[in-house]
Amino acid sequence: MNSANLFEQQKVNRRRSIALIVIFLLFCAWIGFGADLAFYLETSRAGTGHYRHTIPWFGIAFLILGTWLVLEGWRNGPLQVLRSCAAREILSAQTPGEQMLVNTVEEMAIASGIPRPRIWMIPDSDPNALATGIDGRAHLAATEGLLAILGRDELQAVVAHEMSHIRNCDVRLMTLLASLVGVLALVSDWTRRILLDSGRYRTGGFGTPSRDRDRNPVALLVLILWLASVVIAPVVSRLLALGVSRSREFLADATAAQFTRNPLALASALEKIESAVTPTRSVTRGSAHLCIADPQGLKLTGSEGIFADLFATHPPMRLRIARLKAMGYRLEKTGKLVTDI
Amino acid sequence: MMWIFLAVLAGLAIWLITAYNGLVELKGQVQNAWKQIDVQLKRRYDLIPNLVNAVKGAMNFERETLEAVIRARNQAIQVQAAAGPEGGVQAVAAAEAQLGAALSRLNVVVEQYPDLKATGNIGQMQEELTSTENRVAFARQFYNDTATNYNIRQRQFPWSLLAGMAGTSPAELWEISDEREREVPVVDLSMTTHP
Repeated sequence: MNSANLFEQQKVNRRRSIALIVIFLLFCAWIGFGADLAFYLETSRAGTGHYRHTIPWFGIAFLILGTWLVLEGWRNGPLQVLRSCAAREILSAQTPGEQMLVNTVEEMAIASGIPRPRIWMIPDSDPNALATGIDGRAHLAATEGLLAILGRDELQAVVAHEMSHIRNCDVRLMTLLASLVGVLALVSDWTRRILLDSGRYRTGGFGTPSRDRDRNPVALLVLILWLASVVIAPVVSRLLALGVSRSREFLADATAAQFTRNPLALASALEKIESAVTPTRSVTRGSAHLCIADPQGLKLTGSEGIFADLFATHPPMRLRIARLKAMGYRLEKTGKLVTDI
Repeated sequence: MMWIFLAVLAGLAIWLITAYNGLVELKGQVQNAWKQIDVQLKRRYDLIPNLVNAVKGAMNFERETLEAVIRARNQAIQVQAAAGPEGGVQAVAAAEAQLGAALSRLNVVVEQYPDLKATGNIGQMQEELTSTENRVAFARQFYNDTATNYNIRQRQFPWSLLAGMAGTSPAELWEISDEREREVPVVDLSMTTHP
């Protein structure tokens, strides 16, 4: 990939990061002000002496909360991701395997011309690796299982793939996604539970048929819209996260081949990772799109089709391996690395 | 009419400035990539005495091989100190090729001493040496890519007019002369089996 392409990719990533933050804040505002609106319309006909909801407290509160979450995600997102995987940092390598990991990261930092990221170890026997980071504070983590099954060249290729994500500025967008999508799921879950509980225990609450006739229809509409958006928000945000990450995997594979000039090593590493069928339990669903292979294992990445296309965080492994092998074949025949296959 | 003329002039000036800065920046990148090779070569030179010390005791009678490695190293240090992207790259490449050959001869010899390979120290040394060879190779690759970019840019049409003003000259590429050197040397001092 030439530098013009790289800048283009970095620009796209920057724009998408900003769009993500704006959409997240808008959603927070809708959650808050929507509730205010519904509440206002509901109480506007109340007689004197009854409470009237005129000041949008919910909206203000949710907007402040949302802003705080974005700032928090920006500042601590990478560490949150790593903490959720129970990763520990390798400050000085203790075992030969760790030494090899540190060395390959150093090598790839040289090949890619970016500073060395901090290196972490995830205590999990399933092979996987992930990169995270925001603005120059990059981190690269590998599981113990990865070090156990890969040879040196293959480990180097996997590290190269992760370093590509860092250099292409993919990690910032993906880390923000991990941080904000997780929060969104939590908020939605929490709101839904409160509503369900209040519906169950309070007879005079929303949705009791006896009061329906003196109900404001606009209020009802707003309420339905609001509820629907709260319920589907986590699904939509997950789809967003998946769509964003899938297209990046092919590019990162190609860039990794560019760094190592050895596409076949990555192909064979992916084959090994793919054949380890156990899921990576240490990696939570929210950080799945940061990994080199879907932590869920074979279930989705092994198949193609509409369902897999929609819900898999990664493109089908078979396709990725086939592309890398094609690159390797061309490299062997012509001595030239062609990455846009 | 006057305004159009001024606008064209301003546009031209802006282009000149950005193109000039772009060339200077590329030149800086080439220098930087060269520094990176320097750093990695230095690492390699520093590692060699350790390696020689580690194996010296066990193979006293292979003095010749060890001395060849040390000689090649000292030669390479001298050549490398005087080189830069503007000249001397070929000399460094040749000296490094010689050092690589001496090292691989040493490896062949070490292979004949199973006792030596069994000690943990050598296993660590093997990883260090492999990594060092890789780092040199990747630094070289990065330098060549950057230098090629730079060389192409200063020959391309509008930029070629500016090349003289920006004080640019084609950077020398690190070419591998020996056919055998094209392959990354396989350093294997230990008993670990490769997949």
